[in-house]
Amino acid sequence: MSKVTGTFWLGRYDTVKTRFSLLRKIRWGRWAVISIPSFWLALFFFIPFVVVFKISLAESAIAIPPYTDMFSWNVDDAIIDIKLKLGNYLYLFEDTFYLDAYLSSVKIAAVSTFFTLIIGFPMAYFIASKSGSTRTLLLTLVILPFWTSFLLRVYAWMGFLKKNGIVNEFLQAIGIIDQPLQMLQTDFAVYIGIVYTYLPFMILPLYTTLEKLDGSLIEAAKDLGAGPVKAFFLVTLPLSMPGILAGCLLVFIPAVGEFVIPALLGASDTLMIGRVLWDEFFLNRDWPMASAVATMMLVILVVPIMFLRNGKKEGEA
Amino acid sequence: MTRNSKFLSISSLLGFIFLYAPIISLIIYSFNKSKLVTVWGGWSIKWYVELFNNQQIIDAALVSLNVAFITATLSVILGVLAGYVLSRMGRFPGKLIVSGWVSAPLIMPEVITGLSLLLLFVSLESLIGWPAGRGITTIIIAHTTFCMAYVAVIVQSRLAQMDDSLEEAAMDLGAKPHSLFFLITLPIISPAIISGWLLAFTMSLDDLVIASFVSGPGNSTLPMVIFSKIRLGVTPEVNALATIMILIVAIGVVSAMWQMRKKENAL
Repeated sequence: MSKVTGTFWLGRYDTVKTRFSLLRKIRWGRWAVISIPSFWLALFFFIPFVVVFKISLAESAIAIPPYTDMFSWNVDDAIIDIKLKLGNYLYLFEDTFYLDAYLSSVKIAAVSTFFTLIIGFPMAYFIASKSGSTRTLLLTLVILPFWTSFLLRVYAWMGFLKKNGIVNEFLQAIGIIDQPLQMLQTDFAVYIGIVYTYLPFMILPLYTTLEKLDGSLIEAAKDLGAGPVKAFFLVTLPLSMPGILAGCLLVFIPAVGEFVIPALLGASDTLMIGRVLWDEFFLNRDWPMASAVATMMLVILVVPIMFLRNGKKEGEA
Repeated sequence: MTRNSKFLSISSLLGFIFLYAPIISLIIYSFNKSKLVTVWGGWSIKWYVELFNNQQIIDAALVSLNVAFITATLSVILGVLAGYVLSRMGRFPGKLIVSGWVSAPLIMPEVITGLSLLLLFVSLESLIGWPAGRGITTIIIAHTTFCMAYVAVIVQSRLAQMDDSLEEAAMDLGAKPHSLFFLITLPIISPAIISGWLLAFTMSLDDLVIASFVSGPGNSTLPMVIFSKIRLGVTPEVNALATIMILIVAIGVVSAMWQMRKKENAL
């Protein structure tokens, strides 16, 4: 190697070194700021899913913790035994109970989302049509339940819907029914519970869209001869689509995995997947099976929703 | 009044009745003398007295308040960092992953978050001996993980609305990155931080599912105690507790709204 190339390399090395130390000075703080939340999320959000997947391949055992190890170290022969049990997943497909639970959760969530929209839309429209302090008051009334305990709001319906509760007493008093209706512990109560607890999530995005809606467009449609119904379906509804979509996602997503509402208001045979997972874990103490249910839930419910959300974001941008 | 607006006001009125009737009936029945929750036996505050004599509920309330306070504070620190990283740090390798991780807890069903964190804690304990057993620490970690996501979203949207010329001016005048953050950015996003803290506090206070998975014996939070009581049916003590909690929240929200309006009027 000639002397010239030697110095060249040396000089090159020097610049790289100075550049590197400069970089370190500026970037050190930056990387610290980036890595703290990233590290937390990696450890407590991402890795747990890997653990769930690993345990879904284990076998339930009477031990602490109640599952078998995936790796076992055979000291004499220096062999690592890897034991994977696919039975949990096979069982998920064999026993229609789980599939039914997934489908029934999606159905219950979809129907409730639809009714939330039907009830929420006129309310959002009404609030958007008001101004000043009336609007603030109405918005406060919508937001207020959102800040109060979710559990206690579901509980309020237990007192409301039970056999000798207010709704039954009222219906009997005005003579619509003679016998109290069984409303609590039915699918009907689950629908009411979901619509009730998630109504603010529907009204707020709808309100945000409707508030920005240009009223002159509706006027124009009416001037051009459209009746109120036609103007609504041809102008108002298409223009409020972003709010409708946002509201429906905000209601549908948490409703699918709901546990508290079916547990408190539903019948013992109201199938929802969140409740199945809970029972598998707390009642059957079958941690691997609960993990398999969670993994499937992640794959067939959460992943499509994430894609849907990302697609929506790109559409907006 | 046109037919159209009549329809709107009637359906909205019904909607608000739907929202408030159960809550109001719950409040009224909390003052019911009769033990039978549906039979009216005259006004009484005896369920409130019983509530404050119920050591189990008081202990659980203290655990919950403690957890919620620490959770909210940690969530704000981590959530502000995450929101700042995503909206002010430009591109960096892994940004897409971090932004995915920040928004994912928002759509994750609680049962999955709870189960996965419990399994993580159990595995960590058998690997490195930490966390030793489950209790308040594990609940705080679990709550912070999903609450920080909400704080990050609030902070991120606030930063997106904020005029970055203020930050640029400070940088031109020679502010170092950390003084820029503490002197300019932080004060501007302080409303987002306050609402993020309050949201994290209420969500932690309200959580039943995740806490049930990750708590240990003897560390029941308030929602866990309430759930075990109401699973068997309606109890008047819980009515009294609910009334107190709803009134505190109502006073808080109404005064916050009132303050906001006063500010708007002053401008």
